Amino acid sequence: MKRAFVLLAFLATPLLAAPETPLATGDLGLVIERATGSLLVIDRSDRAAIGRIEGLGDLSHASMTYSPDERFAYVFGRDGGLTKVDMVTQEIVARTVQAGNSIGGAISDDGKLVAVSNYEPGGVKVFDADKLALIADIPADGKTIGLVDVPGRRFAWTVWDTGEVYLGDFSGPEPKIAALGKAGKNPFDAVITDDAHTYLVGLFGEKGVTAYDLWSDKPEPRKFLTDYGKTGEDMPVYKMPHLQGWAFTEGQYALPAVGRHELLWVNRDTLEEVATTPVHGQPVFVIAQPASPFVWVNFATPLNDTVQVVDSRTHEVVATLTPGKAILHMEFAPRGAEVWISSRDDNKVLIYDTRTREKVGEFAAEAPSGIFFTARAHQPGL
Amino acid sequence: MRSLAILLALALPASAEVAPKRAAELQHMVTQDCGSCHGLTRKGGLGSPLTAQALAHAEPEALASIILDGVPETAMPPWRPLLTEEEAMWIARYLKQD
Repeated sequence: MKRAFVLLAFLATPLLAAPETPLATGDLGLVIERATGSLLVIDRSDRAAIGRIEGLGDLSHASMTYSPDERFAYVFGRDGGLTKVDMVTQEIVARTVQAGNSIGGAISDDGKLVAVSNYEPGGVKVFDADKLALIADIPADGKTIGLVDVPGRRFAWTVWDTGEVYLGDFSGPEPKIAALGKAGKNPFDAVITDDAHTYLVGLFGEKGVTAYDLWSDKPEPRKFLTDYGKTGEDMPVYKMPHLQGWAFTEGQYALPAVGRHELLWVNRDTLEEVATTPVHGQPVFVIAQPASPFVWVNFATPLNDTVQVVDSRTHEVVATLTPGKAILHMEFAPRGAEVWISSRDDNKVLIYDTRTREKVGEFAAEAPSGIFFTARAHQPGL
Repeated sequence: MRSLAILLALALPASAEVAPKRAAELQHMVTQDCGSCHGLTRKGGLGSPLTAQALAHAEPEALASIILDGVPETAMPPWRPLLTEEEAMWIARYLKQD
């Protein structure tokens, strides 16, 4: 890959012929540099940053998704900016500021549509993935959260203020929007399982999680975990957990307890709680290490210098690492060999071998938050 | 709610002296941790906007008491375990500056 980068650098000077070796994107990724509104282009094989793309606006709480050919990234910024980035030329190829305040997005299963979840004005907007032209505008009675792709050119989303869940079908000439009822009070995020079977909605305003069976013709809310941690006092939540990483492993969901320093293990079929694991702090991301029984957890401020590894068979913490200050995100190599960890306040991305759990590399990044490898292009829900 | 906040605020210190090193930490905290919900540029998110303009009519004491004790039934947590009253007042004044 190094050679390809050198060639790319030459591309900046005109009159040179096209590179002999085309740049393959399968081992590339992007890191959000939240404070500077920039993206670092990263190369997994080189364990290094190979470029920087600037001018993306306010990237606090930014996320992204990839086109099916792994060439383009769609970046969802806090300021309502939707930006299409070319991984090969490392340039912005399209950008629209489509709302005042947004929170995330998704790409349709066929890669043709990009949907954005907006806080202000609340709702979902759908764009064509090519030119980012507006295709549909679905207003909501509040801030939309938990937007995911559902097979068949569909998207599901939830409204924080009302608890309503919607399933939108964009396969025909006119969108068809179905209301799926209320998930509960103040849903803070939602996620779809890797088999696109279950849409799980996490609740902040009350205890519990609500599941929808999206394989059903008429998905209905089914609430579970409604009394977790009943016996103790809840603690302040200094950062909302993120559900996109919710781990699905060993026939279980591994979920972050809200207001408690615990992981909750739930049987995937019965939705019954099978175990709890006391952990270091309020869990933020709970992410399964691919091809392993382990999940990795990071934590809300002020306990965010630590990452713990938990075994999904025994529900015990098997390792506690302190990689750096303000650990915001973890991204696994698709086959699980490495985990890349962002340390916002050390201005670094750290690379750990998942077998030895030793650091094998690091590179500088400006206040890094989310890390996104292009392999996400092929996973439903990402 | 508002009157409660003001009542609580009466007990807060009038001055907001913090050491320069701690002030830098607080400033970082406002940008990054408050920013998680209120936006890096404080234009709002899950939480309401906290720009100087949005807070123009808010009393610093009332803001400090919200910072310290949170707002029940919302996602705003109490920061009292992490901040002194002086530090909360410092943040309240800092937010109201442009």
